[in-house]
Amino acid sequence: MTTRHTLSVLVEDKPGVLTRVASLFARRAFNINSLAVGPTEVTGISRMTVVVDADGDLIEQVTKQLNKLINVLKIVELLPDNSVQRDHILVKVRADAATRLQVTQAADLFRASVVDVSTDSLTIEATGTADKIAALLNVLEPFGVREIVQSGTLAVGRGSRSMSDRALRSA
Amino acid sequence: MSKGSPVSPSLMATKAHHHGSASASNATAASNAAATNSVYGPNNIVGPTQMTGSEAIVRSLEELGVKDIFGLPGGAILPTYDPLMASEMNHVLVRHEQGAGHAAQGYAMVTGLVGVCIATSGPGATNLVTAIMDAHMDSVPIVAITGQVSSGVIGTDAFQEADIVGITMPITKHSYLVTDPQDIPRVLAEAFHLASTGRPGPVLVDVAKDAQQGKMTFSWPPVIDLPGYRPVFRGHAKQLREAARLIAASKKPVLYVGGGVIKGHASVELMELAELTGIPVVTTLMARGAFPDSHPLHVGMPGMHGAVSAVTALQQSDLLITLGARFDDRVTGVLSTFAPLAKVIHADIDPAEISKNRIADVPIVGSVKEIIPDLTAALKAEFEEKGALDLTDWWAFLGNLRDTYPLGWTEPEDGLTSPQRVIERIGALTGPEGVYVAGVGQHQMWASQFVKYERPHSWLNSGGAGTMGYAVPAAMGAKVGNPDRVVWAIDGDGCFQMTNQELATCAINKIPIKVAVINNSSLGMVRQWQTLFYEGRYSNTDLNTGHDTVRIPDFVKLADAYGCVGLRCERVEDIDATIEAALAINDRPVVIDFVVSPNSMVWPMVPSGVSNSQIQVARNLTPVWEEED
Repeated sequence: MTTRHTLSVLVEDKPGVLTRVASLFARRAFNINSLAVGPTEVTGISRMTVVVDADGDLIEQVTKQLNKLINVLKIVELLPDNSVQRDHILVKVRADAATRLQVTQAADLFRASVVDVSTDSLTIEATGTADKIAALLNVLEPFGVREIVQSGTLAVGRGSRSMSDRALRSA
Repeated sequence: MSKGSPVSPSLMATKAHHHGSASASNATAASNAAATNSVYGPNNIVGPTQMTGSEAIVRSLEELGVKDIFGLPGGAILPTYDPLMASEMNHVLVRHEQGAGHAAQGYAMVTGLVGVCIATSGPGATNLVTAIMDAHMDSVPIVAITGQVSSGVIGTDAFQEADIVGITMPITKHSYLVTDPQDIPRVLAEAFHLASTGRPGPVLVDVAKDAQQGKMTFSWPPVIDLPGYRPVFRGHAKQLREAARLIAASKKPVLYVGGGVIKGHASVELMELAELTGIPVVTTLMARGAFPDSHPLHVGMPGMHGAVSAVTALQQSDLLITLGARFDDRVTGVLSTFAPLAKVIHADIDPAEISKNRIADVPIVGSVKEIIPDLTAALKAEFEEKGALDLTDWWAFLGNLRDTYPLGWTEPEDGLTSPQRVIERIGALTGPEGVYVAGVGQHQMWASQFVKYERPHSWLNSGGAGTMGYAVPAAMGAKVGNPDRVVWAIDGDGCFQMTNQELATCAINKIPIKVAVINNSSLGMVRQWQTLFYEGRYSNTDLNTGHDTVRIPDFVKLADAYGCVGLRCERVEDIDATIEAALAINDRPVVIDFVVSPNSMVWPMVPSGVSNSQIQVARNLTPVWEEED
């Protein structure tokens, strides 16, 4: 059975590391659902959050293959129950004088904010779980969605422990 | 698939859980060196010295203990070839960069050292790609050094610019682009460390021309900085005990031995384990020689063209003790039908190989050099408690199979020489101290079947990649690495025409290899499939080099043109005398054109897409199982 897995991957911030990770997924025919990269609190170490659709045996193979990349320092699978997972979205929605209020009310319901207004459109920024973002888009869809920009999922484990602390200690 | 419990990641020795192997205090000398002393080679100390980047490349290679290099210069690597001229390292100038790559592989395979090849940017680098891919598939430790255009023009489609790091990313263990000359010693030391430790493989170091020309301060040893690379050498004690328990309880165990046992230099340890337990041994195509063919416990090579006894041993086994093998499709056939009743112990230094194709019941991550003796010790304890294995019934069955279906051939009906006989005679007259290097195809399979291998590092071939053209340059590299051994390239007429320009390299550099061209005038393995599966429609497989053809090229004249001795053998009665003549010539390369039948086929064979239980010993002839079972 294919399920969604969220992997947090600590990598050395070296040229080509994103290509190495992305091409590994392509070469091994693993499916990336989303990928987000950025620096961490440790200089020289970046963190990738990779969301993968795979069954249990395959996710183990994905993890092992990623571990073989020399620039990969540590991989942790973040389970939904003990992690915070967020997507970030910007949506440009058709909204004239007649519908503007309805659109802003819909945004309010999702604790989304309006970040740009023009005579016939609104741009809404929202943060939330993938489910919440999908629900927001469902509500906005009837008004006419003109543009969507979406980040990959970001995820962090709950509690005080830091993934990079332990990675550096074992390094 | 086996029904054992899924692999527990906590036992898989992933990076998250292990600090590397430096703490393995009683490791053997070989792996201890790999674990604690990261810098490859003699590890001299060199104080800070000003030099150019290109001088640093040459000096680093010297400090890494490199003796021989295969390469071909060009614009972007020119700065490095200048100090190389003054070095005592032996540089062999090849005629095509692919030859340099395969030569580095052949050198690495016979010596166990890292093979080194050098090429220029662009097409020079891309010509190495096939050899790099080959080394990646067969886990051969090589370092490929390529020139790159100056850093200022990278990305501008400059003359002879190619993104070789990008091109080779999926087929290298790791790769580097060096733009700062100060990085050169560290990068080369890391490259050798990566290539030679853990699961060996190719590492590419691409050096921009301005980094070769720039000034730097050289010192040695450099500090290796690879926090994400921590290969595991010792097997997990709990897993070893579990493996011993399974072995002690098994009725039909098989030691499924792969190329990792040769790469891990664990043949002696394997012998001890096999003789303690009496368990039958199969050696895969990559493991031929890891266990002596003449040993009574050896039941042959498994796989698509394996011996009936070896294929059936795996197929009917109740426990596969898998050592440095990877359940390749050429061994398993249709995976879901492979060894259906067997539990699996899988020992490999690469955790990703374990449970990749076949789920392991007992995964053991580590070097076979460490795992095998640990397993032997655990089994001794187990046997003392419960008594040794009783494999009488299993051996009665396998012994009968081995006697009933020995490897063999039928003489071709066209009256031409049988290629199997030629190869069998080469092996018999040269003996087990020789080195045998094959290309890819029918001749490769026959060379794996009919030469008898008694020692590791005596059989080289392109197993995973299946690279036609591997034999001549790899034999050249093997001869440079083992100059005192007789080195045979057993090649096909198709393969030979892909890389035979390296005969010039061999002749000029006094590398007297012997090439046996098994000339069946066709792309024989493809032709065999056309015979069996395409109603004998021989689409584009006739090469016109053999009997009753125009014989273009004439291999004897070609050998002569390259400064080699060319011999031809067309009759059965001349085979021994021709081989003896070749064995007597040691000042020049020898090429023998063995004109053989195009109709000989490789048997046994498991046709593609069917279970290994459907193995055929000859066309449409499947062994009768009932009488033995």
